[in-house]
Amino acid sequence: MTAPALKASGLCHRYGTLEALRDIAFELPPGTRCGLIGPDGAGKSSLLGLIAGVKKLQAGELEVLGGSIRQRRHRNSLYPRIAFMPQGLGGNLYAELSISENIRFFATLFGLSRAECEQRMHALLIATDLERFAERPAGKLSGGMKQKLGLCCALIHEPDLLILDEPTTGVDPLSRRRFWELVEQVRGERPQLTLLVATAYMEEAEQFEHCLMLDRGTLIAAGLSHELAGVTASGKLDEAFTHFQGDRTHDAQPLQIPPRTLGDGEIAIEAHELTLRFGDFTAVNKVSFAIGRGEIFGFLGSNGCGKTTTMKVLTGLMPATEGSAKLLGRPVNAKDLATRKRVGFMSQSFSLYGELSVRQNLELHARLFDLPKADSGPRIAELIERFDLGEIADQQSGGLPLGLRQRLSLAVAVLHRPEVLILDEPTSGVDPAARDDFWRLLIELSRDQGVTIFLSTHFMNEALRCDRISLMHAGKVLACDTPAALQRQFEGDTLEDAFVRCLEQAQGTAEPKPPLWEPALPEMVPLIAGKASSHKDNPRPQGTGFSFVRLFAVATREGKELLRDKVRLAFALLGALFMMVIFGYGISLDVENLAFAVYDQDQSPQSRTYLEAFRGSRYFAEQAPVRDARQMHQRLQRSEIKLALEIPPGFGRDLYAGRQPIVAAWLDGGMPFRAETSRNYVEAVHQANLEQLATLSSPAQARQTPVKLETRFRYNQDVVSVNAIGPGVMALILAFIPAMLTALGIVREKELGSITNFYATPLTRLEFLLGKQAPYLAVSLVNLALLVAMNRWLFGVPFKGSPLALACGGVLYLLATTSLGLLISAFTRTQIAAILGTMILTSLPTIQFSGLIVPRSSLDGSAALMGQLFPAGYFLDIAVGTFTKALSLRELWPQCLALLGFFLGFTGLSLVMLKKQEA
Amino acid sequence: MHRLNHTLRLGLKELTSLRHDSVLLLFLLYAFSVAIYMPAAGSVIGVHNASVAVIDEDHSHVSRKLGEALQPPEFQAAVALPYDQLDAAMDSGLYTFVINIPANFQSDLLAGRSPELQVNVDATAMSQAFMGAGYIGRIFERELLDYANQGSALLTARALFNPNLEGGWFLAVIQIVNNITILAIILTGTALLREREHGTLDHLLVLPLTALEIMLAKIASNALVVVLCTWVSLEVVVKGLLGVPLAGSLGLFLAATALYLFASTALGIFLATLARSTPQFGLLAIPVIIPMLLLSGGSTPLDSMPQWLQWVMQLSPSTHFVSLSAAILFRDAGVSVVWPDLLALAAIGLAFFAIALARFRRSLTS
Repeated sequence: MTAPALKASGLCHRYGTLEALRDIAFELPPGTRCGLIGPDGAGKSSLLGLIAGVKKLQAGELEVLGGSIRQRRHRNSLYPRIAFMPQGLGGNLYAELSISENIRFFATLFGLSRAECEQRMHALLIATDLERFAERPAGKLSGGMKQKLGLCCALIHEPDLLILDEPTTGVDPLSRRRFWELVEQVRGERPQLTLLVATAYMEEAEQFEHCLMLDRGTLIAAGLSHELAGVTASGKLDEAFTHFQGDRTHDAQPLQIPPRTLGDGEIAIEAHELTLRFGDFTAVNKVSFAIGRGEIFGFLGSNGCGKTTTMKVLTGLMPATEGSAKLLGRPVNAKDLATRKRVGFMSQSFSLYGELSVRQNLELHARLFDLPKADSGPRIAELIERFDLGEIADQQSGGLPLGLRQRLSLAVAVLHRPEVLILDEPTSGVDPAARDDFWRLLIELSRDQGVTIFLSTHFMNEALRCDRISLMHAGKVLACDTPAALQRQFEGDTLEDAFVRCLEQAQGTAEPKPPLWEPALPEMVPLIAGKASSHKDNPRPQGTGFSFVRLFAVATREGKELLRDKVRLAFALLGALFMMVIFGYGISLDVENLAFAVYDQDQSPQSRTYLEAFRGSRYFAEQAPVRDARQMHQRLQRSEIKLALEIPPGFGRDLYAGRQPIVAAWLDGGMPFRAETSRNYVEAVHQANLEQLATLSSPAQARQTPVKLETRFRYNQDVVSVNAIGPGVMALILAFIPAMLTALGIVREKELGSITNFYATPLTRLEFLLGKQAPYLAVSLVNLALLVAMNRWLFGVPFKGSPLALACGGVLYLLATTSLGLLISAFTRTQIAAILGTMILTSLPTIQFSGLIVPRSSLDGSAALMGQLFPAGYFLDIAVGTFTKALSLRELWPQCLALLGFFLGFTGLSLVMLKKQEA
Repeated sequence: MHRLNHTLRLGLKELTSLRHDSVLLLFLLYAFSVAIYMPAAGSVIGVHNASVAVIDEDHSHVSRKLGEALQPPEFQAAVALPYDQLDAAMDSGLYTFVINIPANFQSDLLAGRSPELQVNVDATAMSQAFMGAGYIGRIFERELLDYANQGSALLTARALFNPNLEGGWFLAVIQIVNNITILAIILTGTALLREREHGTLDHLLVLPLTALEIMLAKIASNALVVVLCTWVSLEVVVKGLLGVPLAGSLGLFLAATALYLFASTALGIFLATLARSTPQFGLLAIPVIIPMLLLSGGSTPLDSMPQWLQWVMQLSPSTHFVSLSAAILFRDAGVSVVWPDLLALAAIGLAFFAIALARFRRSLTS
C-alpha cells in the first residue's frame, strides 16, 4: 500500500472570527475518486483551497502527495502535480483571450511543449464540444461554456491530483455527461490520478468510491460511499447526509406540487418572433412563447443557446433586434418604471453589492422598491428566516460561498412580492436541501398568489416540477410542452434522455458534421501523446526556480490583452501625444500681457513718460486707468487687473527737485508666482526707465551706468520656454502613463478572480511581476520614442547630448515607473484604490518636486527629500541634460544608477507585498 | 419623494463601499494631509536657495563684496570657481548662476570705464533662471550705488492679499484644489465602472430606478466625502499646521467646492461612459486630469498660454475653481465678485451631466 494521496489531521481554518473548518481529519489513498458534499457554506471551498495550496494553512497538518503542504519546497514541487479548478463561472479565465489562447497559456505555465499542448487541447475541446468556439473570447461565452473551458485549462497538464470545486454548476446535462466521460478518460490514462470533487449533484457524488461529508465546518462522515449510503434504507447519499447531520435535519417531506387552479387564461409574459443579433451572430432566433399567469415555465437548453439573452430582452436590459415582447400586458420598455416594480429578476452571476452585508443588501432593495417602512422590517426578517440566512445576516455578502450568495439573490428577487419572476439559473450552486426549500417557496408563490415564474435551469428534477418547459438550442426554441409530454415526444426514459435526444436531433439537422454528438463516441481522442509511460522515464523539467518560458507566457498573455484592447492602447499613445502638445505650448513661466492699470495722481509730462515705458512693453497690457484707491483695490480683487502702478501727486516736481519720488506697484499676491514674476518685470522696466528719467530730472543728476551687466542665458539662449519645458514634460508624461498601465495589472486579477492562477500554478512571484511588466514597458518605450521625436521635430528642441545616455536613462526610468505601478497594484485591493493611489502618489512629486517648475536645488527639507525619493527628477535631469546641455553618460551615470535603484527597490517591495498564497 | 429616498439609499451604499476599502481611505488621508502640508512647507515660489558660483579674476575689494552680496534665503553661499571650469560646472547643473568678474574690474569701475560683468544663467532651471537673473542684477546695482550716482525715482512693489508673497499659502490651496479634482473624477468614474464590471449596474437598471437617480447618488455621496475632507483639511492643515491666514469666507468656499464637485464628478461619469473597462478609464483620466492640474492657472500663469489654449481651458471646471479659490480665500471676494465663475461652473457641470445622462444607458447595452 502506497502512502496516502491526502492525509489531514486537526485541520482548522478561520476567517477573522468566523470558523470555516474545525478539526478536519481524513485520509485518501491515491488513484481514488472522492466526492465532497455538504450544504452551502459548509467549508468545502476552503478545504479544497487548502489542499491545492492556494490558501495558507493556519492550523493542523495536511499532507498532499507525500509531503506536508506547509513546506514551501514541497508546495513548489506540487504545483505541476495538482490541477485546481476554482468555483464560480470562469472567474479564473481571461475574458479578452480566446478559448484556445486561454488553454495555451495554462499549458505554457505548466511547461508543456507546443505539440503536446495542441494535441491535448484538441482532444479536450472535442470532448467538451468547445472546438467550434475555439477562437471566441472567453468573456463572450455563456456561464456553462466557461465552466467547461475552466476544466480544459485545469486538465491541460498531467496532474496526479485533480481538485474540482463544483465543476458542473451551470453546465447543461449533455455537457455534464461529456464532462465526466472526459475525466474518466484522463483517469484511464493516468491510473494514479486522485480525484477530489465538491459537488451539489448527489448523483455525481454517488459515482465516486469515497465521500467526505462536511457540515458547518466539521467533517461529519468520511469513508466509502456505498458504506456511508448504507446507513439509510434508501441507500441514497443525500439521505445518509441528513442522517449524519443528526438533529439539524431539513424538512424531509417530499415536494408536493398541487395542480394549477388560478389559471384564468391571462397571459403574463409573451414573446413574439423575438430576435436579437450581435453583429452577424444571432443569439436569439424568432423565439415565441406565451406564459400564463401563475404558471411555472422552465427554460432548458445547452450552454450558450440564448436563454440568458432572451431573459435580458424581457427585462429591458437589451433591446430586441426584431419581434416584440410583452410583460404583464405591456410592451417591454426600459423606461417603464411601474412595470419594473412588478417584476423580480435574478441574473446568472452574483450582482448584488459584495461589500454590503446580507441584511444591508436586503434593506437597500427594500428602499429601492419603496416598500413601506412598517412592512420592510418583518418582510426582511421573514426572508432571512425562509432562506436560512440568519447566521450570516451581518457578514459581507461578497465573501460568502456561491450557494449562499445565490440564496441572497433569490431573496432580493422576491423581496418586493413581484407578480412576475424572471430567474436565470437561480439554483445553480445551491445545495439540494436549500433547493427544495426554494422550490417550496416558488410553488407557494405560483399556486397561492398567482405569481408567474419564468426560470432557466440545468437540473432535470427541477424541470420536472415546471408546468411547462421549453427546450432551446442555438437561439431557437425546439419544443415547448409539459415535461411528461416532452418525454413522450422524444421517447426518453427520463426527461434528461428526452432532452439529450431532442438536442441530438437538432444538431443532426442544424449542422452538417455532428460526430461529437453521436450517442456512442466512435473513438476517443487520446489525450496524451505517445505512451504515457514515456513521460515517467523522462519527466518534464518541473523547475521550481525562475523560468523564462513562464515569464514569457505571462508577458504574451498580458500583451495580447493589451493589443486586443485597441482603445486602451490608443489612450496610452494618443494621451501622451496630446499632453505633450498642450504642455509644450501651454506651460510657460513667462508672464506676458499682464493686465495692469495706472493710478496717475500726477498727470504730469514726467509721469506720462515714465508710464510710457510700461505701455510699450510686451509684458504689460494696459486696462482703463484707475480713478481712486478704492477702485484700485476692487479691481485687483476681481482679478480684472494683476498690477496697478500708483504715481504719487507731485511726481514730476519731486523728480525735478531730485527728491526721489516713490512709485508704488500694487500686485495681486493671491497668485504668488505670477506676482513674483510681475515684480521682476516691473523692476526691470523701472531700471531701464531710470536713464530715460534722468534726462527729465535735474541735469545735475545726469546718470551714468556704472556697470554693464551682461546676462547670458545658457542652453536655451533665446529663452524659449519649450526648450526647457519640453524634455521635462517627457519626464512628467512618462511618470503617469506607464505607472497607470501597470497599476491595474495585479489588482484587476485580484478583483476579477484570475489571481487564483498565480496561486495554483508553478508561476513564481518574480516571473509574474516581470511578465506583467514586459508588455507595458514595450508600449512605454514606444511612447518615449514618440515624445523624443515630437520634441525634436515638432517643437524643434535641439538635441545636443548623447542619444545613448537618453536611451539608457529612458529605459531605466520606464522600468522604474512601470514597477511603481506594479507595486501599487500589489499593495491595493481594489481597482479604484489602485487608480486613485497612482494618481495621488505620482502627481505631487512629479509636478511639484521633480524640478519641472522649481529646480530641485531650491527645495528644502521634506520637499527636497520627496523629490529625491521619486524617479521623475532623475529622468528630468537626464532628459534636459541630453537635449539641451550636451551631456553624456559620463556625467549622467549617477542619475541612471539612481533609476536602476528605484526599479530594483520597487520590484523588491512588490515581491514582499505579493503573496503566493491566499490568507 | 421616492426619488430622493432612492438617491439617499444608493448614496449611503456608496459610502459603505468606500468605508470598506481601507487602502483607499489611506490614500484619502494622505491626499488631504501630507500631500498638502509638504509642498506648502517645503517649496517656494520665486528665487530661493539658488546655487551660485563666482569666477573672480579680479580679486579686489569690490569683487569680493559682490560675491558676498548674494545671501540666503534667495541664494546659497557663492562658491569660488576657476575660470576654466565654467563650462563643466554649468553642464553639471550644479550651479544655476555663474558670475564672472573680469580682471581689473575694480580699477575700471573707479575710473568710470563701465567694466563688463557677466552672469551665466542655466536657462533650463525655468522659474529660477529669469527671476534670479533679475534679482542678481538689482542686488549688484544696489551694491555698486556707492560707486555711482543715485537713481532718480524709487519703485516700491507691494503685494496685496499676501504681502510677503508666501508661496506656501497658495500652494496649499492649489494642492487642495488638485486633490479635489483627482478624487472627484476618479472616485465616481471608477465606482461606475466597477458596478459595470461586477454586473451590479445591470441589476440596478432592472430595478425601478432611473439613470438620473443612480448618477445623482454617485455624485452626491462622493461630493459629501470630498467636501468634508476639504473642510477638515483647511481647518487643520492649512489654518492650523501651516498657519495660513485665510481671509475669505470658508462657507462660500465650501459651497463653491460643492458646485465644482458637481461639475467634476459629472465629468468623471461622462469619462466612465466613454471607457469600456477600468484600465481604459485609468488611461483616459490621465490626459484629462493632468492638464486640469497644470494648466488651470494654479501651477503656471494662464495669461502666458496661447490664446486658443486659454479658451480651451475655460471649458475646464478647474480653471474657474482655481480662480474662485484664490479670490475667495485670499482676496476675500464675495458672491458679487465671483458669480461669473460660479455660473460657469454650474453651466459646465450641467453640460457634462446632461451628456453623461444621455450616454448612461446606451453605454451599457452597446
